[in-house]
Amino acid sequence: MSESVSGQEPAQDEAQGAPEQTGTGAGAPSRRAVLGWGGAGLALGAAAAGGTAAVLNSGPDMVSAASAGAAVPFHGEHQAGIASAVQDRLHFAAFDMKTKDRGELIQLLKDWTAAARLMTAGQPVGEGGYGGLPEAPPDDTGEALGLKASRLTLTIGFGPGLFAKGRFGLEGKRPGALIDLELFPGDNLDPARSGGDLCVQACADDPQVAVHAIRQLARIGFGKTAVRWSQLGFGKTSSTTPDEQTPRNMMGFKDGTRNISGTDKAALEKHVWVGAGDGSDWLTGGSYLVARRIRMNIETWDRTPLGEQEDIFGRDKGEGAPVGKSKERDEPFLKAMKPEAHVRLAHPDTNNGATILRRGYSFTDGTDGLGRLDAGLFFLAYQRDVRTGFVPIQRNLAKSDVLNEYIQHVGSAVFAVPPGVRDKDDWWGRTLFA
Amino acid sequence: MRPVRLTVVTAAAVVAALTAVTGCSEKSDASGDGTIKVAASDSSCEVSTKEFPAGKVAFEVENKGSKVTELYILFPDDRIVAERENIGPGTKATITAELKAGDYEIACKPGMKGDGIRQSVKATGSGTPVKRSPEADAAVAAYRKYVQEQADETIPKAQAFADAVKAGDVEAAKKAYAPSRIGWERTEPVAESFGDIDPKVDVREDGLEAGQDPEKDWTGWHKLEKSLFEGNKIDDNDKKLAETLMADLAVWQKKVGEAEITPTSMANGAKELLDEVATGKVTGEEERYSHTDLVDFKANVEGAEKAYELLKPVTSKTDPALTAELDKQFAALNNLLEKYRPNKAAYEFVSYDKVGEAERKELSDGVNALAEPLSKLAAAVAK
Repeated sequence: MSESVSGQEPAQDEAQGAPEQTGTGAGAPSRRAVLGWGGAGLALGAAAAGGTAAVLNSGPDMVSAASAGAAVPFHGEHQAGIASAVQDRLHFAAFDMKTKDRGELIQLLKDWTAAARLMTAGQPVGEGGYGGLPEAPPDDTGEALGLKASRLTLTIGFGPGLFAKGRFGLEGKRPGALIDLELFPGDNLDPARSGGDLCVQACADDPQVAVHAIRQLARIGFGKTAVRWSQLGFGKTSSTTPDEQTPRNMMGFKDGTRNISGTDKAALEKHVWVGAGDGSDWLTGGSYLVARRIRMNIETWDRTPLGEQEDIFGRDKGEGAPVGKSKERDEPFLKAMKPEAHVRLAHPDTNNGATILRRGYSFTDGTDGLGRLDAGLFFLAYQRDVRTGFVPIQRNLAKSDVLNEYIQHVGSAVFAVPPGVRDKDDWWGRTLFA
Repeated sequence: MRPVRLTVVTAAAVVAALTAVTGCSEKSDASGDGTIKVAASDSSCEVSTKEFPAGKVAFEVENKGSKVTELYILFPDDRIVAERENIGPGTKATITAELKAGDYEIACKPGMKGDGIRQSVKATGSGTPVKRSPEADAAVAAYRKYVQEQADETIPKAQAFADAVKAGDVEAAKKAYAPSRIGWERTEPVAESFGDIDPKVDVREDGLEAGQDPEKDWTGWHKLEKSLFEGNKIDDNDKKLAETLMADLAVWQKKVGEAEITPTSMANGAKELLDEVATGKVTGEEERYSHTDLVDFKANVEGAEKAYELLKPVTSKTDPALTAELDKQFAALNNLLEKYRPNKAAYEFVSYDKVGEAERKELSDGVNALAEPLSKLAAAVAK
């Protein structure tokens, strides 16, 4: 309900009085308090508290921003969480709309925006986690009290179902590039882990902050929307910060060496952001997201000889150098690789220049009842057009990638990602309803 | 029913003679009352005074022990007036209750287990009862009547069930099983407030306490459900259990009229009925042999809706937006349940083992959609 979320700017007013009865850990400073003296440089701390930290540049500043638990600005031309430096943890959730009422959908997006604005600044939602009426459950569930903003970003996407006829009057607004993904060879998709009318990607350096954020949004949405599926992720597999060490995926290989850098404006304009002439004005400054849950056959992979592993990827395991080269960042010589090596098939030169921004995470959801790790890659890719981005690359991979023996795509979803929330009066997806 | 360990906690919400003091906005006249101090430790429970004037009484408990503790204010018959759980070592908590003149017991429960360390206290004089709006008083009176009616109507239906069991008629007993539970399920939070009845009549096998033998110590509806729907037979022990069930339900019927009911406890009870649905019925755990979960589900929702409808004259003033949302979500969930009711004239629903995962998810979403705003009802009543 709308009054459960305050639509105000994060205020720096007094911290709430400490509760007489401590369900919250006695003497724990509130997130708000922490932001003021959170061990960051003075400038950073102050900036974070004001919600205007500029911590997206890479290099040493970025590392300090991460360790300081700084805030990433929520407002901007593009949504945060795409080109932003990739945080350590993920909680991704897809939602189904339960209401058919356009006004309720708009209200939900406004309520979510207000909550996201607060949480990304390191503050609790609504009236906070304690100190309210004892007869009422607190607005905020409280598990992030005392934690820093932790570079939390919240990124929303709109699935094809939102644009369906007879639902919200948006059928004329569906972008051509928001296609229903075809079934690729080898796909074994679980409907319960696929699709969704809406998605929210929560990334943060602290898993509790990311989980808390999704939990608040789910709660605010009850009655209008319901969680369809969600995925936790860790160990970012593709960084957008090339001067940092490239992270490794669950197969032990460096993943994302030639990913688009979050500071490469030209590449982002060309491959990631939807342009003004792309055919859907409301989406200008936005992007498209493809999410795939890729299960790895961990145990069989681990029994694969080193030479074969390296042939399959087309890079060596230690340095990550492409075949025939000595350094990770050396330009790959595709012809030196096996014709069906993963890197060769995925490379832009093999796919008419198709380039996507990868932002995936590893996952391990316990075991599968047969004693096998239920683990793999939760693949997230942002692009300017799904038809010229993910689709041709995946067709190529699905057809002949030798890695397919060790992986299976078990979940899939595609979303149009609206442009950024400009200021305190703006809200997620406003341009879609204009 | 919920796991036994929690029944006492649930009870508090419904029996509380008064809810905890309303939040920060209230101007409390701390002058007139005087606060009673309770010093709790792992082995003691000291009350600063054993006699105090009736009326609004505040107990300030300080846990000086090493274990988490709870504080209960009880009637001499163990019904709960007010309680506070989870008072951590070294912390203080205040509980406010409206006490009529009479005898009470204060119990500290270090480790949050057992009967606690007890002290007898007395509220003296006439005291000043808390003023309530006429609408709120009318709601309480009407709800009290409803709870009694449900118990009164349950007895003959339960008798029909018990008679079929005693006659060894498996098919007749199966038919009579679900209808015998409807009145109970509609008013379950009130029944749970008498801590001892619920575990006797509505405990599931997994709810038995350590050391209890399912063959000897398990009584009530669900034991008979297992015999009938899983075993397809009735033995002599089951016939005895049918007698016991009727005896226990007779106690319930007699006690419901004495339950302490307040507007806030009604609101909390409504929320708890949805909790019951969310944790027991949607999952199919409650009626795991008979699969009559949707009958219980419907009864739970009806009981919640009754409490809400009676409180509406209060909440439509204090929180019209919430009231509108609740109207909408009750209607939506009732509509959804109708899908599983082939004959609109009968209180019979599709067997829950025939309800697939996707449908259960839809039901669960509907429960969440209603339970979330319902969790705000108590505050709307207390405003």
